[in-house]
Amino acid sequence: MPLPPSGPRSTLASLALIAAICAGATGALAYTAGWLSPDRLTPTKLVDALAPPKGPVPGYRRNHAKGLCFTGVFEANGNGAALSRARAFETGRHPVLGRFNLGTPDPGAPDATVRVRGLGLQITADDGAVWRTAMINAPVFPVSSPEAFYALLRVPTSKAPNAMAAFVAAHPEFAPFGAWAKSPDWTASYAQEPYNSLNAFLFTNASGAEQAVRWSFRPQAQAERITPGDLAKRGEAYLEREITERVAAGPQRWSLILTVAEPGDPTADPSRAWPEGRRSVEAGILVVERIAPEADGPCRDVNFDPTILPDGIRVSDDPFPAARSAAYARSYDLRTAEAKDYPRSAAEAPR
Amino acid sequence: MTADGKHFTGVQRFLHWSMAACIIAMFFIGVGMVSTIMPKYVPLLATHKTLGVAIFVLALVRLAVRARSGAPPLPADLPAPMKLAAHLSHYGLYGLMIAMPLLGWAMLSAGAYPVVLYGDIRLPAILPQNAALHTLLWNAHSYLAFAFFALVLTHVAAALFHALVRRDGVFAAMAPVGSRSGAAPR
Repeated sequence: MPLPPSGPRSTLASLALIAAICAGATGALAYTAGWLSPDRLTPTKLVDALAPPKGPVPGYRRNHAKGLCFTGVFEANGNGAALSRARAFETGRHPVLGRFNLGTPDPGAPDATVRVRGLGLQITADDGAVWRTAMINAPVFPVSSPEAFYALLRVPTSKAPNAMAAFVAAHPEFAPFGAWAKSPDWTASYAQEPYNSLNAFLFTNASGAEQAVRWSFRPQAQAERITPGDLAKRGEAYLEREITERVAAGPQRWSLILTVAEPGDPTADPSRAWPEGRRSVEAGILVVERIAPEADGPCRDVNFDPTILPDGIRVSDDPFPAARSAAYARSYDLRTAEAKDYPRSAAEAPR
Repeated sequence: MTADGKHFTGVQRFLHWSMAACIIAMFFIGVGMVSTIMPKYVPLLATHKTLGVAIFVLALVRLAVRARSGAPPLPADLPAPMKLAAHLSHYGLYGLMIAMPLLGWAMLSAGAYPVVLYGDIRLPAILPQNAALHTLLWNAHSYLAFAFFALVLTHVAAALFHALVRRDGVFAAMAPVGSRSGAAPR
């Protein structure tokens, strides 16, 4: 033993030092966890803000809650390989799993009350690499930052008069989305909608060249234009019935169009469309072959997290995929813990 | 341990201190990533998974090295309750080093998430997708993380108590190679 034990005074000082180190470490952890920063925009806050006035519907996704599953294939034609080395772009048939949905936190919302329709998709390549994406039919996103999206979600609960007008005035980027949302030019089927990534991702090809890309699945089905008023007359869950019957009668197809940014294009801002005439590549065809109700369906417990990407695609400077990933995980954790509230048998599922 | 029977070997010290850095980083990455929606969320998550697997592998290596090299005995005059606490806390530390990465991996598997590390290293699912299991594992991973943090703090406090108050050579046994305390005269 090299040294005698310390005397009482220095023992006290040593114990104080040890206590200070432990307290400091705990404080640093608390700070990192955001417990000392009530203003931090956390996934919990973002997801809570999505809840409808009566509160979230337990067991369901916290947004895009109304939907149904499908399976099919992505038939890659090989053209996408010029942009990305992801195996999903190599010529061949890659199995897919997906979900048609409506952009609402209420799984019982009538179809005609929801402007935004979505497509969640998972493509699995033969090497096992998984690509997930969640897209919507809007041509642009409403706002340019996750913070602005949070502010938008809080508009309905605002006590301020003309809160929406004030929001639009403060967020001029909202105008293109607002105009699209107001247009009565809806379609009568999930099969007739385009589904857009809106977010930009970085594609890396086999020679290492990297480019920012946005993508769209464009429908091969002819669009039947319908006003929300006429859609309402067809029933509250017409779209689910329609796509089920349509796919039972024959597979439905979308072309995957990859659009390449040019220098200076706003890759970080999904509220801004890229100029017309950008180079685009048709990379293949999505074939939806089979529809399944969500309660028992293969998409039910899948999180279509847009940051689950294969080698050859990665997130860009667009801040949304990270924010969406964080919020989707929170939603997933909540709803899987509430599975008992969403019975598996479709017949028992509340509607 | 070394030939004098008082120190851990250089390999053991290297494993101890490098894993200490990794594990402490994991606590901060973990609580940081689940409380942010910023772009750093994506690299934090990838780092958390990659580092977790690295810690799991290092923990297994460490146990093997420990089995081969042994450990210096605790001071003979250490009171029995402190000896017991020392032994139990080390079982806890080793157990959590191995359990936490497995719980995280199993949790992602039960959530049908692909487990992809840096370098496009893809790990297979170790459980089928299951909502109830996902919830159970998520809770276990989360609560045990805080228990692990508390245990590491206790470990640090005890190590410093040995170094500063008892001055009994226990800290010197694992002190970073080349440090003053590591070269303490005996």
